[in-house]
Amino acid sequence: MRSLAPAAALAKMISVALAMAAFAQEGPGLGIEATPEEVAQWDISIQPNGEGLPPGSGTALAGQPIYTLHCFSCHGAEGKGQLNDVLAGGHGSLDGPAPRKTVGSFWPYATTVFDYIRRTMPYQQPHSLSDEAIYALTAYLLFLNGIIEEDEVMDARTLPEVRMPNRDNFILAYPPGARQKPRQQRAP
Amino acid sequence: MPERMPKELEPAGGNGLLHRRLFLKGGAAALGAGSLGLMTAAQAKERPPWMRAPGRALSGYGSRSPYEDHVQRRPLSAKGTDGAGGSWTPLEALEGMITPNPLHFERHHSGIPNIDPGRHRLLIHGLVKRDLFFDMDALSRYPMVSRTQFIECSGNSYLAGLPEQPVNATCGELHGLVACSEWTGVPLSILLDEAGVDPAAQWILAEGADAAAMSRSVPLAKAMDDALLAIYQNGERLRPDNGYPVRLFLPGYEGNMSVKWLRRIKVTAAPAMTRDETAKYSDLMPDGRTLLFTFPMDVKSVITSPAPGLELAGPGLYQISGMAWSGLGRIAKVEVSADRGATWAEAALSEPVLDKAVTRFRMAWRWNGSPSVIMSRAMDETGATQPTRDALIAAKGRKFAYHYNAIQAWGIDGAGHVANVYA
Repeated sequence: MRSLAPAAALAKMISVALAMAAFAQEGPGLGIEATPEEVAQWDISIQPNGEGLPPGSGTALAGQPIYTLHCFSCHGAEGKGQLNDVLAGGHGSLDGPAPRKTVGSFWPYATTVFDYIRRTMPYQQPHSLSDEAIYALTAYLLFLNGIIEEDEVMDARTLPEVRMPNRDNFILAYPPGARQKPRQQRAP
Repeated sequence: MPERMPKELEPAGGNGLLHRRLFLKGGAAALGAGSLGLMTAAQAKERPPWMRAPGRALSGYGSRSPYEDHVQRRPLSAKGTDGAGGSWTPLEALEGMITPNPLHFERHHSGIPNIDPGRHRLLIHGLVKRDLFFDMDALSRYPMVSRTQFIECSGNSYLAGLPEQPVNATCGELHGLVACSEWTGVPLSILLDEAGVDPAAQWILAEGADAAAMSRSVPLAKAMDDALLAIYQNGERLRPDNGYPVRLFLPGYEGNMSVKWLRRIKVTAAPAMTRDETAKYSDLMPDGRTLLFTFPMDVKSVITSPAPGLELAGPGLYQISGMAWSGLGRIAKVEVSADRGATWAEAALSEPVLDKAVTRFRMAWRWNGSPSVIMSRAMDETGATQPTRDALIAAKGRKFAYHYNAIQAWGIDGAGHVANVYA
């Protein structure tokens, strides 16, 4: 039997090596490509710069009755807390002995309010509110905390521009070197 | 003629700590023969009922002895809910390094979803060449690895040391948000390579398919290093309360980042700043500022026997047994004190001692019946050592709630009752 010409043999060896490397890196390659429409339907996350915020808008005025209907029973009147988390107030309490962390006193980004309501609230029925209603609820919580006006419109453009009061008081512990680690006691 | 005391019975530390070899070489058997409580001849004739009839039938899925039914997790959920909260592992009832699956602690943010694996898919998208779906059949064909490693909720243990007065609770209720399992699954890097990560990517966002759509940002470096898409836990498919059919597993990192019921990974340039990485699971410091992204769980240990929830039956020889772990690497050394920290002796580490796994330590102790304070402190291979409670509070204050890893002291009174104490 004739042996392969040296160049062809080398090419075959290289292709086999590449195929093996590809397998080692990528496994059996069973991922099914997702369409842009599917990705848009699945992707519910929002970045602090507003990326991911949907069309629609709302104000605190519109949000107040929605809050009463869907949020009041757990979070109390005007976000003052009932069964669950207090959503308003606590401003200036974080450096004292009894910090009160609320959306207004603690949360660094307004986009997170929209993101969190949309992904998990109301607790008993998440993924039931329209984007309009979520903008309105977000506006209402920001208004209760004295961060925006009652008639200020929150939408994909204005919400990322809201400056949360506690924003500058967060320190990144990652990536490494961003801060000093708290001292740890060494054994003698 | 005075007998020579065996080396194992020589004191290794104050207040009755004995040499750790005592429990390594069968010395206890030689010592304890007189207290074995042998049956009398009359009793020996009387066979117990379970020897006088065939036992129960074979079964398809095992169950524990009904005599062990009292060993339970302790669930506690947010008001108005029964699934948003945690259940604490009863550490004082367990031994070894592996946590049984039904007793693995829970921490859920909106209950446990009942996911049909035939309808579950994982989407990887964002800063990648190809957005890809993987169903469970596909995932199960990828190369898998197995790793025995711990997972700990970053809120574990804060009740043990941050309140003004020591909280009276069992060892498990104070420290039971930690568990160790053999996790088997697909390295996430393989799937990210298949999708083709863009050079601009720095983070991934991981999202669960529960009703909270729980989401956390994870550094891409961690995702490419040792992140696992875990499908099996201690040899069987994950339980629903641990993320069935697939969860993220990030060795050494705070537990909630190992997102359960994983449905989506978005590759991004920057963190998403989700509620669960900003408003929660961040560390409020004394000056009112807050640390974000304190990912690794620090070195820690706790004595699980004797411990609150157990009683000592009277003076005599006991085995001190406990767990040590570190999110930074292997446990290098555990020391035990039985005299409130005045003297320390090195405990025996039970093999295997694995990277980012729970390591079981043991120490012999002769309790003389007097009130005693016992404690343990662990050191990992990086040299990190558990701080005292005072040192930790001096460094981090009392408002942080997450990543509490101080030395735990148990007080034992003259009656053998064990309680959480500050020492």
